[in-house]
Amino acid sequence: MTMQTESDLQPAPAQPAVAKAERYLNPYAAGAWLGLLLFLTVLATGHGLGASGGLARVLVAVEDIFAAGRVDANPSLAEMAGGPQNPLNNWVVFNVLGALLGGFVSGLLAGRVKLELPRGPHTSPALRSTMAVIGGTLVGFGARMARGCTSGQALSGGAVLAVGSWAFMFAVFAGGYLLAYPVRRLWN
Amino acid sequence: MAPFDIATHWGTWAENLSYLGFGFAFGFILERAGFGSSRKLVAQFYLRDMTVLKVMFTAIVVALVLNFWASGLQWLDFSRVFVNPTFLGSGILGGLLLGMGFIIGGFCPGTALVGAGTLKLDGMYFLGGVLLGSFIFGETAPLYWAFLEQSGSLGRFTLADWLHLEPGVVVLLVVLLALAMFIAAEKLEAWAQARAAGSNAPGVQQ
Repeated sequence: MTMQTESDLQPAPAQPAVAKAERYLNPYAAGAWLGLLLFLTVLATGHGLGASGGLARVLVAVEDIFAAGRVDANPSLAEMAGGPQNPLNNWVVFNVLGALLGGFVSGLLAGRVKLELPRGPHTSPALRSTMAVIGGTLVGFGARMARGCTSGQALSGGAVLAVGSWAFMFAVFAGGYLLAYPVRRLWN
Repeated sequence: MAPFDIATHWGTWAENLSYLGFGFAFGFILERAGFGSSRKLVAQFYLRDMTVLKVMFTAIVVALVLNFWASGLQWLDFSRVFVNPTFLGSGILGGLLLGMGFIIGGFCPGTALVGAGTLKLDGMYFLGGVLLGSFIFGETAPLYWAFLEQSGSLGRFTLADWLHLEPGVVVLLVVLLALAMFIAAEKLEAWAQARAAGSNAPGVQQ
């Protein structure tokens, strides 16, 4: 309600991100659907959702083709692809495939499937692209170290009250807020 | 009694196929929430749009309450539900790195899938980075394997075990914590948006 009063006072604030947000599902409704999905997943399979693990498994599958011996000798890779194990024969890989498809279909229905490079008003396409790769690299590294990302660790582990998952989740928010000010020109 | 455990009854490939469906719903919901947009995701860290926190904690609370309720009715055998083993050292360090990568790159892995799925180039580049980061981790993990395996390793350890409280009390505390954060998030958003609108108003800039 306070928000509406503010926008009445300031007729045309330049807030494209906020104006666009009105087409999205209410965050609490989206969260409730996500929580229900997670519950059903646990009922059916005994474990939750994931993302980074599936990506890591795709990578290990490629490594396993070119350097199977190296994979077997490395404990962090061998647990996914040691010996005759197929790293792709795992639920989290299919979770990733499904999520790509689900995102695509939802975006299609909402008219949001569009080839574009979203970036801050003062950020060049080259800088945005570079930062996406660098950020992704840090995230990929951190997720493997933490044995999961926001999906498999924070969300799925948080909902079963795992202490490590809660510690991880607060660390994620802390890391983001720590760097938010130094990198503000990327986004604002 | 649940969990039904598809993998044991029908095999891993049945479980894999079921996850195509669960994953589809997962991606669909994330996209509906606006999580295909890096700019919307990072707004969480500039307090303008705290959708990330709201979605995340609503989902946790809903799943947690349903888990607790189903266990209470003896529909769910919680001892057979996977509880992520706690590794405090690697979990906290990994989480900090992930949070930093999030604000630099604009996504986390799940949301980048949705970004890439809706043809956002930054989502695709980010996923490339995630693969690179996983590769670097995999190649270097043997160097600090002891830290990964031993630092703060507590196994299956829940907040109820840690606080020596009944699970129901912890569920209630988590719900109250989430409600407090939602109220704070709404107030912070209103404040940050009013501030942004104020600095963009013509009278202020000229």
